[in-house]
Amino acid sequence: MANKSNNSPLVKKKTMRPVTKQNLITYVMVIAVFTLFQTLSATGNLKYAHKALLVPVCTSIIMAVSLNLVVGVLGELSLGHAGFMCVGAYAGSFFSVLTEDVITVSWLRFILAFVIAAVCASVAGILIGIPVLRLKGDYLAIVTLAFGEIIKTIVNALYIGKDADGFHVTLDSTKLNIAADGQIILKGPQGITGTPKDSNFVVGFILIMITLFIVTNLMDSRTGRAIMSIRDNRIAAESVGIDITKYKLMVFTISAALAGCAGVLYSHNISTLTATTSNFGYNMSILVLVYVVLGGLGNIRGSIISATILYALPELLRGFSEYRMLIYAIILIVMMIVNNGTYFVKIKEKIFYNFSSKIKKDKKEVI
Amino acid sequence: MALLEVKNLGITFGGLKAVDNFNLTLEKGALYGLIGPNGAGKTTVFNLLTGVYKPTSGTFMLDGKEMKGKKPAEINKAGIARTFQNIRLFKNLSVLDNVKVGLHNQMKYSTVAGIFRLPGFFKTEKKMTEKALELLKVFGLDEHADTLASNLPYGKQRKLEIARAIATNPKLLLLDEPAAGMNPNETNELMETIRFVRDHFDLTVLVIEHDMSLVSGICEEITVLNFGTELAKGKTDEVLKNPEVVKAYLGQ
Repeated sequence: MANKSNNSPLVKKKTMRPVTKQNLITYVMVIAVFTLFQTLSATGNLKYAHKALLVPVCTSIIMAVSLNLVVGVLGELSLGHAGFMCVGAYAGSFFSVLTEDVITVSWLRFILAFVIAAVCASVAGILIGIPVLRLKGDYLAIVTLAFGEIIKTIVNALYIGKDADGFHVTLDSTKLNIAADGQIILKGPQGITGTPKDSNFVVGFILIMITLFIVTNLMDSRTGRAIMSIRDNRIAAESVGIDITKYKLMVFTISAALAGCAGVLYSHNISTLTATTSNFGYNMSILVLVYVVLGGLGNIRGSIISATILYALPELLRGFSEYRMLIYAIILIVMMIVNNGTYFVKIKEKIFYNFSSKIKKDKKEVI
Repeated sequence: MALLEVKNLGITFGGLKAVDNFNLTLEKGALYGLIGPNGAGKTTVFNLLTGVYKPTSGTFMLDGKEMKGKKPAEINKAGIARTFQNIRLFKNLSVLDNVKVGLHNQMKYSTVAGIFRLPGFFKTEKKMTEKALELLKVFGLDEHADTLASNLPYGKQRKLEIARAIATNPKLLLLDEPAAGMNPNETNELMETIRFVRDHFDLTVLVIEHDMSLVSGICEEITVLNFGTELAKGKTDEVLKNPEVVKAYLGQ
C-alpha cells in the first residue's frame, strides 16, 4: 500500500500556475488551428466538402468539452447530452424563425438565440437534474439516456404555430387551428425550416473560446475543487461540508447550457432542422462520450483534439468508400491502446519523464 | 455546558443492534478515546455523529444544538470534522488542493467570480493558499504541497486527512484510527501532533485507536465498546485495568 504510485512522476498534479500555463497552451492551440483553417478557407485552399466540416467540428468540440464537465470532472455518466443540444437547437431555431422579420440585425438576433437556447437547455438540465441526481452510476446513465430519447420524441410530435391570436401548441397536427395568415414554425417530424444560416466558422471559434474560458476557469476555482472532490470521494467531500446536490446540479446546468449553445450553432448551419437518432438521439450522445473518453476524462484539451479528429475522420475517409467505417474503428482502437494501454503509457511516461527531468536539471542545481 | 452530548444513541441494521444506548459527554478541550475489539461499533458511532448514518434512537447535541438527522455537510458546517479509517483523500487533487477543499466553507467567493476571474477570486485564492500552506506546515507537509495526494506515503496521507479536517475549522475532531499502519516512531510523532493541534486550534478530540500506547499516551478518558454497548468508561489507566476490559479486548 505504501506508495506504489511514486514511480510515476508524470501524474503529478499541478497547482495554480502550471494549470494556468496548461490552459494557455490549450487556448493557443485552438487559436492556431483556427487561424490556419480560416486562412486556408479565405484563400480558397480548402475544398468545399472540407469547408462544410468546420462548423460541425466546432459543434462536436463544444459538446465534448461540456460533456467532459459532467463525465470527467464531476464523474457522473450521462448518456443524454444530445438531448440538451436538441433543446437548444429547437429553442434557438424557433426564436430565429419567429423573429426573423422583427429583429433585422442578424448578429443581435443570433446572440439572443444563443441566450434563449442556453436558458432553455439549462432549465431542461435543472428539471432533469433534480430527480436524476439522486441516482448514481449506471442508474443515472440509464435515466439520462431515456431523457435524451424523450426530448427527441417530444420535438418530433410537437406542432407550434403563430397567428394573430398568438401561439398555438399541439401534439396533433389536425388540431392546430391556425389562421390562414398564420405561420407554422415547428412542424412535428418535419421540424423547423427556414432557420437563417447565421453560423460560420468564426462564430464556432468564438463559442469554443467561451466554452473553454468557462470550463477551464470553473475547474480551476473553489467551485471546481468542490466538484472534483465529489468525483474523487463523495463521502469525504460531504465530510468537509461540500453540498453534493448543489454542485451536481450546477454542473448539469452549466453543461446543459453549453450543449444548448452547440445546438444553436448546429441548427443555424442547416436549412431544415429535424430530430433524428443520428443528430439528437443516443447515437450522438454515445459519440460525444467516445470523444470524451478517448480524449481523457477531465482532460479538456484531449476532448478538443479527439472531437476534432474523430468528427473529421469519417468525412475525410469518404474516399475509401465501404472501408470507411472499418478504418474508423481501427483508428478508434489504436487511439484507445495508445492512450490507455499499459505498455504505451509506460513508454509515454519514460519519454516525458526523461524530458521533464532534463528540464528540471537545467533549471535547478543538482544537489 | 458540554461541547458534545450524546444521549442513548443507537442504530440497528435489520435485526442487528450495531450501537445501542451510547452515551458520551465531552467537555471543551477534552482528548477522549474510544476503544474496543473489531466490530464493536466504534466507527459506527463516528458515522452516526457525522450524519453518514441516521440514528434509530437517541440524540446528540453539539454546543447545545440538536444534530440528529442533519446531513453530513450540515454537521460539518456546525463544527464536527472527521478522518476515516480507510483513508479517503481526494486522490487526483494536489495536497494543497485537498486542504483548500477543506477551506471551502471558510473562505468563499461566488462561482461567477471564479469563472470570470473577478477580484474576489484572486484575493480569496491567495488567502486560501496561505492558510492551507500554514496548515500543511503544522503537519510537515508544506514541501509536498504540489504533490498529488495519492503519491504521498501512507503516514503522510493520514496527516493530510487530519489537516483537511482541521481546515474546516471544527470544534470537535473525530480521528478514526489515526495511527493505523504507523511504526512506533511515527506514532509518537502523531501523538505530539494531536496534542499540538488540540491546543493550537482549540479543538476537542475524540479518537478511535487500537494502539494502546497512543491511547494511554494522550487520552485523558476513554470508553470501551463491545458488541455495540458500553463496556466501561472513565479515566484511561483505570479503565485499562478493568478486568472486564482486559477479558473482552486487551487479553490476559
